[in-house]
Amino acid sequence: MIQDAVGAALILVGALFMGIAGIGLLRMPDLFMRMSCTTKASTLGMGFLMMAVAVRFPNLGTMTRALAITLFVFLTSPVAAHMIARAAYVSGVPLWKKTVADQLCNQYDRCTCTLESCPLVDDGELKDSREAGIGEEMATTPEDKKPKSK
Amino acid sequence: MNGVFETVLFAGMAILTATVFMAFLRLVKGPSLPDRVVALDIMSVTALGIIALYVMDTGEVIFLDVALIVALVSFLGTVAFAYYVERGQRESGGSE
Repeated sequence: MIQDAVGAALILVGALFMGIAGIGLLRMPDLFMRMSCTTKASTLGMGFLMMAVAVRFPNLGTMTRALAITLFVFLTSPVAAHMIARAAYVSGVPLWKKTVADQLCNQYDRCTCTLESCPLVDDGELKDSREAGIGEEMATTPEDKKPKSK
Repeated sequence: MNGVFETVLFAGMAILTATVFMAFLRLVKGPSLPDRVVALDIMSVTALGIIALYVMDTGEVIFLDVALIVALVSFLGTVAFAYYVERGQRESGGSE
């Protein structure tokens, strides 16, 4: 009885999460927003369904298999989503036109319309910009303190 | 209680079928290749859920091995498509 009730609840929650993933995949305006709502929701829904299997059949072998599938998908789904998103960003899939922040815009060559984005940005520019930012902060704070001390 | 569980199982199967249908629509009309790859990935994860519901319906636990293999093949296919997209861009766009 309790197994049936808990299993039914887990099935409902998991199926609803996967339905949300399907709706987001169909309705979101951008590839990256689609992936953002799809990967997490479908992975979580699949985890709930495998938990329902483990509750429904409390053998050792079945629970081990359900746990193995859950762990495998939880490990591989973010990796696959990251690789697809990186390939899509490099190959120039357009963002949504109301996108607020594109933090890689200055560091890839894609946004300067040269499309030579295969050699990614080397670490020199990043390190220089970070050191410049830190140096400015270090330079501003003692100058603020010196007039106060005088 | 058994009837309630069967009803919930049927409802979950209906929702997952709708999810596969929506992913298929995205696969048909996706504007770029990574959209279609994401749609295929979601279809395979939904297939895992359908296998889980089928296991709970029929009681044959041996299909969980099929689910594991489907998860493995799905991951390998997604990684292969990612390499394909990035490398095609690299060969066509790289003018160095």
